[in-house]
Amino acid sequence: MLMPVPDASLLARRREIIDDLRALLPDECVIADPIALRAYECDALTLYRQLPMAVALPRTTAEVAAVLAYCHREGVKIVPRGGGTSLSGGSLPVADAITVGLSKMNKVLEVDFDNRCARVQPGVTNLGITNAVQHAGFYFAPDPSSQIACSIGGNVAENSGGVHCLKYGLTTNNLLGIEFVTIDGTVMRFGGKHLDSDGLDLLGIVTGSEGLLGLVTEVTVRILRKPTTQRALLLSFPTVESAGTCVGAIIAAGIIPAGMEMMDKPAIHAAEAFVKVGYPLDVEALLIVELDGPPVEVDHLVARVSEIAAGCGAVGNRASTSEVERMGFWAGRKSAFPAVGRIAPDYICMDGTIPRKRLPEVLRAMDGMAKHYGLGLANVFHAGDGNLHPLILFDANKPGDVEKAEAFGADILRLCVDVGGVLTGEHGVGVEKRDLMTHQFDQVDLDQQMRVKCAFDEGGLLNPGKVFPALTNCAEYGKMHVSGGNLPFPDIPRF
Amino acid sequence: MSLDEPTLAALIADHAARGAALEVVGSATRHSFGPGVRPEAQVSTAALSGVITYEPEELILITRAGTPMAQITDLLTQQNQMLAFEPPDYGALLGSAPGGGTAAGMVATNLAGPRRISHGAARDHTLGFRAVNGRGEVFKSGSRVMKNVTGYDLPKLFAGSWGTLGVMTEVTLKVLPRPEDVATLLLLGLSDEAAIAGLCAGMGSAHEVSGAAYLPAATAAAMPVLAGMGHSVAALRLEGPTPSVAARLTALREELGDRAVCHHLGTADSLTLWADIRDAGPLARQPELLVWKLSVTPSEGPATLARIGDHVLSWFDWSGGLIWVGLAPGETDGGAARVRAAIAPGGGHATLVRAPLDLRTRVPVFPPRQPAVTLLEARIKAGFDPAGILNPGRR
Repeated sequence: MLMPVPDASLLARRREIIDDLRALLPDECVIADPIALRAYECDALTLYRQLPMAVALPRTTAEVAAVLAYCHREGVKIVPRGGGTSLSGGSLPVADAITVGLSKMNKVLEVDFDNRCARVQPGVTNLGITNAVQHAGFYFAPDPSSQIACSIGGNVAENSGGVHCLKYGLTTNNLLGIEFVTIDGTVMRFGGKHLDSDGLDLLGIVTGSEGLLGLVTEVTVRILRKPTTQRALLLSFPTVESAGTCVGAIIAAGIIPAGMEMMDKPAIHAAEAFVKVGYPLDVEALLIVELDGPPVEVDHLVARVSEIAAGCGAVGNRASTSEVERMGFWAGRKSAFPAVGRIAPDYICMDGTIPRKRLPEVLRAMDGMAKHYGLGLANVFHAGDGNLHPLILFDANKPGDVEKAEAFGADILRLCVDVGGVLTGEHGVGVEKRDLMTHQFDQVDLDQQMRVKCAFDEGGLLNPGKVFPALTNCAEYGKMHVSGGNLPFPDIPRF
Repeated sequence: MSLDEPTLAALIADHAARGAALEVVGSATRHSFGPGVRPEAQVSTAALSGVITYEPEELILITRAGTPMAQITDLLTQQNQMLAFEPPDYGALLGSAPGGGTAAGMVATNLAGPRRISHGAARDHTLGFRAVNGRGEVFKSGSRVMKNVTGYDLPKLFAGSWGTLGVMTEVTLKVLPRPEDVATLLLLGLSDEAAIAGLCAGMGSAHEVSGAAYLPAATAAAMPVLAGMGHSVAALRLEGPTPSVAARLTALREELGDRAVCHHLGTADSLTLWADIRDAGPLARQPELLVWKLSVTPSEGPATLARIGDHVLSWFDWSGGLIWVGLAPGETDGGAARVRAAIAPGGGHATLVRAPLDLRTRVPVFPPRQPAVTLLEARIKAGFDPAGILNPGRR
């Protein structure tokens, strides 16, 4: 993974920059000691590591604004960091940048049940929001698997998902407002407790922008009342195709389950060996379908889904009759990653999305790739929304394995795009998929996105080296694409 | 006239080179919505018409920009599906023919009906698009899958951009199953404050309320279904499988029943009522009034309306967060100062939806933003349309 060449003049100013930060923030909010900096050398994409010049941990919006204004004035680059759980290297430090962590801004500011929202600081964890409202029967719907550790600020930056997206949406669909600090230190508010923007949807464009546009210092989220009942079905199938057909048939019948997760045979076996929850081992695919709502609706839908599954050739069908049983069904799926971690020294988790109907051919093609690279593969799949998580198994201590795993991963993501899908469904582009962006987007598509970046951060100081394969000077994007006095499409008649 | 992407791109490139402004429209059903001054030259996407792909099992519909909404609605209805955000039909409200509108026009205006509070707006259901930017370049963003975080979420930016960033040529929409059944619980005779409190309690219940509106007595008297009731009406909609709707109606009535006299509506009456609320029916039937639409914190709705003061007609949707206000004509600023002053700073915004041309020329139709935000918006717009030729001033 190539990162931009560090700017020697910035590196040379490290001492001065640290002193300046200490003038803006209390000493304990600036980390410069190389050993202490180790804690920040990577995020959850641990394959890549880099020490930042320093880490700043502002405690208030005013401190964030002061740090950004300083960096803007002095040309200092910034890597924003929330909980550090990015799987795409979104908060991977950059050698000539400071990392700005929002972990000290971790208060729940207000819970408003009348208006079904909570106003929180960016360092509050995803689960922390639910914890603050669950006494009244509410929760925050997006539930990335890192929810115990990931921060809501990071969720906004990455537009995080989870297993309940099909019914409840991603982070972007569950936000009402943010307080936002631009690179020059200006504090802005987009949205609030009301709906819809009073102009361009800046809340929408900032969500999922991976820390390239500014820093989020406060978030107002929509909270939902917990459904009265949740039941899950554990359906097993003799082929991946029949499981895929069943997913389509459930949706075609007008049912949107709260969650619909598929596991392939290697994933089933790894999970069962790890948590022993009674998954059948003689099947090719397992489907967990969760239904929520009032008891009468859930029972009604459980019966209908059972019928549909039988019609699609399910060879096993268990419907949970207690919370313990339901949690048991999920235990295997939720521990799939650590379970796979037991059967191979290392793994990387990919995150493409495909049109659901292309699943069988994609699984077959990935099987072929696994053989080609001589590496193991297990698949878990958010089947309802087509989000695929292939886990590539390798051994980092074996020469060549890392490169093979990276190449295998890239092949999978290119395949996702080729069948009409995308490089990333919820983990973000970060550094991991940066160089694959040109496979999904033409240059003109990327240029248009870059111009949005330039509107927010002309100097390219925020999270450099992430998302975009090549950074061109913003001044270049300001120009009309007219070469030699010729307009685009010279062969087309003018009006 | 037929139109394709390259022709449109050439047209826009030509206008950009000359710095000549273009008004961008679909079927122009909301032409009277927005600032009064418009460019003379117009480009319409109505000729870019036709559904490209509809895959009910994948919950997506890909359509050319100018496909009539009526055609899309028919197609979805045949498969028992819908656009879940209930795109409103403001034809009657705005004095154009009802039943109009195009796919891209719907996205560009980001309007949503009563289900906005439970299912979001057009922004939440636009998965991807193709467009020609103000430089005459064709580009794409988003995708055809539900879950996608690859690159910036430009579909969000285009939803509600009123054609100021680019001319969409194709949009990909998320569709959802149509609910099997619908019923409405009515709470009769409550005051504004008590009614909104009741709606907020309903929205905070576990019964998945998908519409929460409050019609003061005078408004209710002018609505189908409610006309004979003689009271103010707080209405809570429940949708889903038939047994679930019945069970939730009973449960919601138990939860809210001690607040007021309750009544309920079955399927047909519910459909009629919520369509009228969605399309701003009471104001559509009083074409002489100026129409303001406010988005505020739901629980602040009644106090906001009280601060506005004199008005002819009003009601609340979105659990109190959406306020429709009809003002008598005659005020020099169309009530802009007192309507906008009624909203607490940062607490929402007000849009002048219907007014005579001269008023819309003098008064900002869309809410003014923080100066720093306006500057940022201008820079974003310049990135799409550096010559500023697309719908200038429209948003």
